[in-house]
Amino acid sequence: MAATAYEAQKGMLPGDQMLRRRYLVGRWLRYLALAIVVVLALVLLIPIIWMLLGSFKIQRVALAYPPELIPSNPVLDNWERLLIGRPSMRWLFNSLVVAGGIAIFGVITSTFAGYAFGKKDFPGRTIFFWMILMTMMLPRQIYIIPLFVLMKSLGWFNSYQGMIAPYIVYPFGVFLMRQYMQSIPDELLEAAKMDGASELQLFRHMIVPLSRPAIGAIAIFAFMAGWNDYLWQLVLATDELWLTLPVGVAKLTASGVGSIDIGVSMAGATFAVVPMLLIFLLFQNYFIKGITVGALKG
Amino acid sequence: MLQRFAASVWKGRWAYFFIAPAMIPFAIFTVYPLAQGLLLSFYKAGVNRDKWTYIGIKNYTNLLTRDPVFPTAIKNTFLFVLGVVPAAMVICLFVAVLIYPLSQRKQTFFRAAFYMPVVSAGVVLAMVWVYIYSQEYGLLNYLFESLGLLDLLNDGEKIGWLAQTNTALLSLAIVVLSWSLGQPLILFLAGLGAIPEPLYDAAKIDGANSWQSFWKITLPLLRPTMLFVLVVLTIAVFQVFVVVQLMTLGGPANATQTIVYRIWVTGIVGSKFGYGSAMAVVLLSIVSVVAIVQFKLLDRQLT
Repeated sequence: MAATAYEAQKGMLPGDQMLRRRYLVGRWLRYLALAIVVVLALVLLIPIIWMLLGSFKIQRVALAYPPELIPSNPVLDNWERLLIGRPSMRWLFNSLVVAGGIAIFGVITSTFAGYAFGKKDFPGRTIFFWMILMTMMLPRQIYIIPLFVLMKSLGWFNSYQGMIAPYIVYPFGVFLMRQYMQSIPDELLEAAKMDGASELQLFRHMIVPLSRPAIGAIAIFAFMAGWNDYLWQLVLATDELWLTLPVGVAKLTASGVGSIDIGVSMAGATFAVVPMLLIFLLFQNYFIKGITVGALKG
Repeated sequence: MLQRFAASVWKGRWAYFFIAPAMIPFAIFTVYPLAQGLLLSFYKAGVNRDKWTYIGIKNYTNLLTRDPVFPTAIKNTFLFVLGVVPAAMVICLFVAVLIYPLSQRKQTFFRAAFYMPVVSAGVVLAMVWVYIYSQEYGLLNYLFESLGLLDLLNDGEKIGWLAQTNTALLSLAIVVLSWSLGQPLILFLAGLGAIPEPLYDAAKIDGANSWQSFWKITLPLLRPTMLFVLVVLTIAVFQVFVVVQLMTLGGPANATQTIVYRIWVTGIVGSKFGYGSAMAVVLLSIVSVVAIVQFKLLDRQLT
């Protein structure tokens, strides 16, 4: 208030006073709000850090209360039991095959279909596109039971093809690619056609190179979707050797609520995060591009 | 008429060639199971295919009138959606507006911090949070005790976050919320970047304060992004499963049962394909209604 009075004395315009005062109040509010955001970010990071620390604790330390924030006597036992005592390398391999397969198929089907939906006119275009779009909006769990029955009759339990097949089409990828295709000018394609390029040449030499950013984004998102998928792989893998990494490490916890081996389960959780985290750090820009391309009409 | 249709089909033959790799698997692994699920929901169907019998709408009537758990599961699923979705929207909007003016490096830190749980996968977070929520040795109780909150809330007794009916659902919702923030935040930041700066300058000249320009410029121009986020989040939260399966198994006293968890328990674990399919159809109807409403809102953006 004192400042306001002082400024009023100096004969400033009322509007200016208002602005100045608001700026001061605004700045403190802003610091306070930023502090809240920092706390929020820490809350999100703490579980990840706690997991990593937990993976080095023996059971006695893990169950200590008050908890040892930094394990006083860090051990590698848990990691040894996870990596040697369990088929965790096989789980890692399974996850890589499944997520990689889903990414490859997702890219192929999305690019082909996205091109047709975005650049071509044909009977059924709208209805086919909306069908795919609808399934993007529908939880997969809705048809998980018939899919389970189908896999049973195909004998595809404990198999890579069973885990990948329902994800061959990645609806979000088709959607994203169509949006992206629409941003490629028609004139470019017309010109290539004039020069006598066949449909396949056009696709191979124009469409694919031009849509590389979208392809990158789809590959990463489909990979992440495959990597983090849980329910379907839980349903499909009954044999310990066919578990994917998230399902495998989850079984470390689910083996009886009272007597969880915390150290191993935290080591497993950490082990399941690392590959995805590396991919995220390496391709951060693709993540951001992928998220935004689909949402903002490009 | 027919001739013209045939001609346009022929003209589009390359388009069909290009959509075939997507549409054929789509028909086999999505459309067919969807149709079969619809059919199965009218059957009493178990592991033995020969014993599948048509029973009309009995699955549905049982589901809605006799099932002791399913109505609770519907209620809990809605509580998840109604709690997590608005909270995530508000938090992300708040954070986005605040960190948008920061330097690129600081922004990257926050973006990464908020995106970390998305990358980590639900399974992993559920496993860690089980440990954090533990009544005996959990980090959260320790934190609450250190801050004096246990004395305030629970007479100094440690809280069994996942074991008490009044805290279990909320505890799970917080875990779901933690991985629901990353994507909206990035979207909102991109949306903010698309708003032309001169608009704010003009508003300032007209004497608008930052609060007013937030309501009159930022919010309206972020509307398309907000709608997109709303749809994506809602669909995602309707599918809540991992936290339930790994953290509470639907308990205590059914306080954390959700629709998808019931589908899994009944249809997959219990092999009641017909009954489970009826649950799935109920979920389908609920999600469809919600999606149609949201689509109406989104329509302008898509076409």
